[in-house]
Amino acid sequence: MTTASGSTARQVVVIGSGPAGLTAALYAARANLRPLVIEGIEAGGQLMLTTMVENYPGFRGGIMGPDLMAEMRAQAEHFGAEIIQGDVTAVDLSERPFRIIVEKTLYTTQSLIIATGASAKWLDLGVDKKLSGRGVSTCATCDGFFFKGLPVAVIGGGDTAMEEAIYLSKLATRVTVIHRRDSLRASKVMQDKAFATANITFLWNREVIDIKDLAQGKVTSLVLRDTKTAETSELAVDGVFIGIGHTPNTALFKGQLDMHDNGYIKTHDGTRTNLAGVYAAGDVQDHVYRQAVTAAGSGCMAAIDAERFLSGTLHESSELRVPNAEHSVSALNS
Amino acid sequence: MASEKIKTFTDANFSDEVKSGVVLVDFWATWCAPCRRIAPIVDQLAEEFNGKLTVAKVDIDENPMTPSKFMVRGIPTLLLFKDGDLKETVVGLETKDRLTQIIAKHL
Repeated sequence: MTTASGSTARQVVVIGSGPAGLTAALYAARANLRPLVIEGIEAGGQLMLTTMVENYPGFRGGIMGPDLMAEMRAQAEHFGAEIIQGDVTAVDLSERPFRIIVEKTLYTTQSLIIATGASAKWLDLGVDKKLSGRGVSTCATCDGFFFKGLPVAVIGGGDTAMEEAIYLSKLATRVTVIHRRDSLRASKVMQDKAFATANITFLWNREVIDIKDLAQGKVTSLVLRDTKTAETSELAVDGVFIGIGHTPNTALFKGQLDMHDNGYIKTHDGTRTNLAGVYAAGDVQDHVYRQAVTAAGSGCMAAIDAERFLSGTLHESSELRVPNAEHSVSALNS
Repeated sequence: MASEKIKTFTDANFSDEVKSGVVLVDFWATWCAPCRRIAPIVDQLAEEFNGKLTVAKVDIDENPMTPSKFMVRGIPTLLLFKDGDLKETVVGLETKDRLTQIIAKHL
């Protein structure tokens, strides 16, 4: 287990350990910047909660999400990235070196790569969070086990929701997908898989307005409203899985970095934020593509941007210039 | 590597084991990725509260009765017992600082 060692003054700190953070760490490590990665409470990112990843290039037979993250982590460490457990509690970006507090330890750094990703969105009903772990879940692979032989619902119409529905169909008696619209947002492949699964049924144009039963401390049913007729109905289920999208983990940076209205960090000219020396990569700044491979790609870009900033600012270009990083820039530009 | 201070509870001995003192139980399974994230924190808590807190794990695959009895329907879930009474339920991931505060309330 790696612990904080040596000096806490750093050239590069990476916050987050999903594909973006670990790729940034890999490139920064290979540029001899000895990056420190603060992995965060959701270490490994969203891929840790998935099963087979079939669209990460290089794995024609697919690779399990947690296995892919273990490989990325090992690869970053192999080249000298230092990875520590812990969740960042506060950051101060008002001057360089930037200050980062992890529980009770202070780190300072000349450059910062933010790769804190995004986390599953809840319904905003209040009751859904209160019944979390009591039948409401945002992670089918974590909690599906508890619903063997029981009916469940999945809320949402995107890839996440379809993946959850397909996974749950092997455990639950019946999976009802509840979607606000009359068609799915999910990719064609995922849609086809879901439609072809016998025990997955779809309820279109419905939204969840309540989850019962808080008094019993468990999920017994969902109260649904038809988005067209406003008619309400009830669906008896033992579990409900929410797959309605994600919110970026940017609370730490509010008021310090420019963000879009939806909370995602604004980047320009690659991965630059409005502050020199601060870069953002992966889902924390991307609400459009949100793929493991695009996250990894932007992590690479952030490391190169940070490396160039450091070599320009610190006048240590001879020490910091690394053929590998230069190589990747030309490959990207070609 | 799990701390040597962590016990393993089963359906058979669970009620007896939580009967006295302050006991933190980590419900987990081998296939649960978030459980692997919280495991090192639970290890550290076992070390730091050694002597004041009993820390144990329950593998839900092998012991289905206990999670069902306490209505655990998601893992990781941590339950804190004091003299046999359930005092705290923590569902999902939580920071070590926060868990330390929750435990300290009952010591």
